[in-house]
Amino acid sequence: MEIKFILNGKKIATEIGADTILLDLLRKYKCYSVKRGCETSNCGLCTVFLDDKPVLSCSIPAARVDGRNVTTLEGLQKEAEEFGAFIADQGAEQCGFCNPGFMMNAIALLRENANPTDDEIKAYLAGNLCRCSGYEGQLRGIRAYIEYRNGVNNVR
Amino acid sequence: MSDRDFRIITKPIRKKDAMQLLTGQPVYVDDITPSDCLVVKLLRSPYASAVVEEIDTTVAMYVPGIEAIYTYKDVPDNRFTTAGQTFPEPSPYDRLILDRRLRCVGDPVAIVAGENEEAVDKAVKLIKVKYKVLEPVLDFHSSKDSDIIVHPEDNWQSLADVGADNKRNLVASEEDSHGDFDAVIAGCDEVVEGVYHCKANNQAMMETFRTYCQIDTYGRLQIISSTQIVFHVRRIVSNALGIPKSQIRVTKPRIGGGFGAKQSVVAEIYPAFVTWMTKKPSKIIYSREESQIIASPRHEMEVSVKIGSDKNGHIKAISVHTLSNSGAYSEHGPTTVGLSGHKSISLYSNNLEAYKFTYDVVYTNLQSAGAFRGYGAPQGIYAVESAVNILAKKLGINPIRLREINMVREGNCMHSYYGEIATSCTLDKCLEKAKNMIGWDEKYPCRDMGNGKIRSVGMAIAMQGSGISFVDVGGATVKLTEDGQFALTIGAADMGTGCDTILAQMVAECMDCEIEDVTVYSADSDISPYDSGSYASSTTYVTGKAVEKACLELREHLCNIASDMLEADSDSLIYSFDGIMTEDGSRKVSLLDIATKSMCGNSETVQVTASHSAPVSPPPYMAGMVEIEIDRETGEIKVLDYVGVIDCGTVINENLARIQAEGGILQGIGMALYEDINYTDKGKIIENSFMNYKIPARTDVGRIRVDFESSYEETGPFGAKSIGELVIDTPVPAIAHAIYNATGVMLKEVPFTPARILEAFDEN
Repeated sequence: MEIKFILNGKKIATEIGADTILLDLLRKYKCYSVKRGCETSNCGLCTVFLDDKPVLSCSIPAARVDGRNVTTLEGLQKEAEEFGAFIADQGAEQCGFCNPGFMMNAIALLRENANPTDDEIKAYLAGNLCRCSGYEGQLRGIRAYIEYRNGVNNVR
Repeated sequence: MSDRDFRIITKPIRKKDAMQLLTGQPVYVDDITPSDCLVVKLLRSPYASAVVEEIDTTVAMYVPGIEAIYTYKDVPDNRFTTAGQTFPEPSPYDRLILDRRLRCVGDPVAIVAGENEEAVDKAVKLIKVKYKVLEPVLDFHSSKDSDIIVHPEDNWQSLADVGADNKRNLVASEEDSHGDFDAVIAGCDEVVEGVYHCKANNQAMMETFRTYCQIDTYGRLQIISSTQIVFHVRRIVSNALGIPKSQIRVTKPRIGGGFGAKQSVVAEIYPAFVTWMTKKPSKIIYSREESQIIASPRHEMEVSVKIGSDKNGHIKAISVHTLSNSGAYSEHGPTTVGLSGHKSISLYSNNLEAYKFTYDVVYTNLQSAGAFRGYGAPQGIYAVESAVNILAKKLGINPIRLREINMVREGNCMHSYYGEIATSCTLDKCLEKAKNMIGWDEKYPCRDMGNGKIRSVGMAIAMQGSGISFVDVGGATVKLTEDGQFALTIGAADMGTGCDTILAQMVAECMDCEIEDVTVYSADSDISPYDSGSYASSTTYVTGKAVEKACLELREHLCNIASDMLEADSDSLIYSFDGIMTEDGSRKVSLLDIATKSMCGNSETVQVTASHSAPVSPPPYMAGMVEIEIDRETGEIKVLDYVGVIDCGTVINENLARIQAEGGILQGIGMALYEDINYTDKGKIIENSFMNYKIPARTDVGRIRVDFESSYEETGPFGAKSIGELVIDTPVPAIAHAIYNATGVMLKEVPFTPARILEAFDEN
C-alpha cells in the first residue's frame, strides 16, 4: 500500500507492507537516531513524535502515519543541542544508545510542562530505560536546563 | 608525573563524543554499515542437550533470496573459546562454530544468510532437523563427576593450568590458602557460616550484540563490531575460522554499552564465517531475546563462607568456597571465580591470620556465562559482607565499628590478593564519610514509621582491581598533528564510560594543552597499538600509563626538532604548548612550526607508541550504605537513599567517575531487588525479554549519592586506580543487611523480592 506523511518537515510518499513497523520505515529513511532496544515495547529507545505526541515507533504500524506528521531527533537538532548540552555537562549521555529516545521524551515533557517536579520528571520518563547512568545525572541535567530556561525567561 | 596540582586531570570535562550521541548522530554498527548486505540469523536448539542426527536444508535453500545455509558439516573442527582474554586463555577451548552436539537451549544448529530478513526467517523455519534428545545437567550442584558429561569430545583442550577436566564437567578447580585455617578458626570465640546464591544476571546493555563483515580491497576479512576487545576478536575469529590473523581486521565504532557482555565474542563468528565463505558483506543483529537467553551473563555462584573472630571482634580467619556455574561453555569460568575470594577475603586483611579459598567451576546444560561488571566479586562480597554483618550482631558490635577494627588499611599485606600491599587505601575515610552522609547513628538499625512501614539501614564495603597484573597490556600512540595539536590512537574501547575523553585528558595534561587540542581514534586492529581491550577495570590504570609514557617520550622528540631549529642543546629546552624555548626564554619555536618542520627535511619522529603492563593491580575501595523502606503488609521494598563513597585514587574526571558510580550502584540495586533468572524444568530461560527481566527504571529508586575520598596510587597515571567495576559490588550485601536489620533474617539468595521479605518476617 502507499502512504503519504510528513517526516521532519518533508513530504514522503512511499510503498509499505501491511506489516511494516514505523521504526523500520524511519531507519529506512535514514533516521538512524531511532533505535530498537527490545521487542516488547519496554525500553523507550524508539520514541518519536506522531503529530507532536511522543509514541513508541516499534509499536506503530507504518500505515497509521498516513496523512500525519512524524518527527524524529533528526528534525529537532536545535532543541537537542540546546538541551543536550546540559546532559553533556553531567556526563550523563554515557553510551548514548538510549539518548535519542530519552531526548525526544524529555523535550515532549518540557513542552507540556515547563516546570515539572522531580517526581513528574521521573514519572514522565519512566519508560525510557538507561542501563549506564543510574538516571541521577539525567535528572541533574534536566533540572539545570529548566533553571537555565527560567533564568533566560526572567531576563526577558 | 606526580605533580598533584593538575590543570586538566580531575576536571569535570565533557565527554568528547557527548553532543554527537545526544543529538542522535549515526555512530553505531547498524547506523554506519550498509543495509543491503546479507542478513545472518541462526537456527537455535530447542533442547538443553541433544545431538543433531539428521539435518536437511534442501527445502530451506529454495526460499528466494537465500544465499547460504551452514550446518556442523560445513565448519572447521578446531575448538576455540569465545572468551576475550589474553592468550593462552584460561578458558578451555570447547566450542565449534556449529557443533553436532547441542549443549543448551539456544545453541546454534545452523547459520542462515539471505538477502532480507523475511527470506531468512522463512528459511530458518524450513530447515528439517532430527534431534536425538539427551538428558541434560541442569543443577550445578550435581554436575561435578556426574554420569552425564557436557563435553565428552576428545579435542576439548585446556591451555592453562586451571584445574579443568572435561571428563569431570570441571571448567576449573583450585585451592588457595595462607596460614593454618583450621587451627585459627578452632581458636575463635565466634564463628559465622552461611551459603549465598547469586543468579546469572544479564548486562542488558541497550545495544544488543551486532556485527557487520565485508571483504576489503586486499581480500581480507573486515569485521566492524560492537566489541570491547578488537584484538581478541581478531585472534578468536582466526582460531574459529582457521585463517591467519593477518587476514582479519577488526574495528569498533561507538558501542551502545557493554558492561563485560562484549568481552566475549558472542556474535562476530557467524557473519565472519558467512562473509569469508561467500565473500559477500553480511550482518547479524541479535534480538533482545537472544541477548537474554544465549549470550554472556554473570556466572551463577553459590558461595559458602565461614568467618571467625575473637570476642573483641578481631576477624582472624575466613574461608570461602565457591561453586560457579559456567553453563554450556567455559567462557570466563576459571577467572571470574577467583574474584569471589580474592576481592572479598582481602577486605579483612588487617587482623586476618589465616584464610582458605577453594572453588569448583562446572559445566551444565544452561546458558554459558561470561564477563559482567564485577566479574565474580559481587557474588563473593555478598557472602562475606553478609557474614560479617551477622557476626557484628552476634558480637553486639556496631557493623561500622567491626569494619573499623578489621578492614584493610594502607600498608597491609593482602595475602589473599596475590600478597599485594595495599599501597593506596582510604577505605577508612570512605566509611566515615558514608556513615555521616546516610546518618547511620540516627537510623541504625531500623525505625517503625507507625504507618505499616519500616525503615532500616544497611552497609557493605568492597574492593576491585585495576587491570590484570602481569597480563594486561595498554597501548597508546600519540602524535603531533599538522596543525600543532595532538592525536591519540588507542586500542581500548570506550563503551560509554568515557575512556576516550579520560585518556585525552591525560594527553592534555602531559602536553600542556587543552582537551580540544587532542583528537582520539579507537579502535582498529590494523592501526591501534596493541591493547588487551577495555575490561578488568584496566583502561584508566593500564592504558592511562601507556598514554603518559608516550607523551613524555614525544616531548623529547619535539625538543630534538626544536633543538635543530633553535640551534640549542635539546636537554636545555623548555617545553610548553605555547612553544619550545631556550632556557633564557630568548628564543622560541611554536609547535605549529615544529609540525611544519617535521614534514620537510626531517628525520625525527613526531609519533610515539608506548606500551604498559603492571606487576600489581591496586584495588579501589568503596563503602556503600543504604536506607530502605519496607511495607510490613506487602513486603514491598523501596531504596530511599543509597550512598557510595569511593577511593579510586585520583579522580581523573569527576563527572564521569560520578556517573560510573551512580550507574553501577543502580545495576547493583537491580541485581539485589529485581533481576531474576529462572529456568523451566527443560532448561529454558523464562526471563527472555525486558517484559519479564526487569531492570531498574528511574521511578524505582529514591536517591543515589556519590562522593570520593581519593588516595594517591603512585604506580597509576596521575595517582589513579579504577572505578568501573567496583561500584556494582556493595548494593546486594548492603540491601541484604538493611532487610536483616528490619526483619531479623539475612536473605541468602538474590533477588530480594517482596515475597521473600514477607517470608523473612514470618520466619522471625
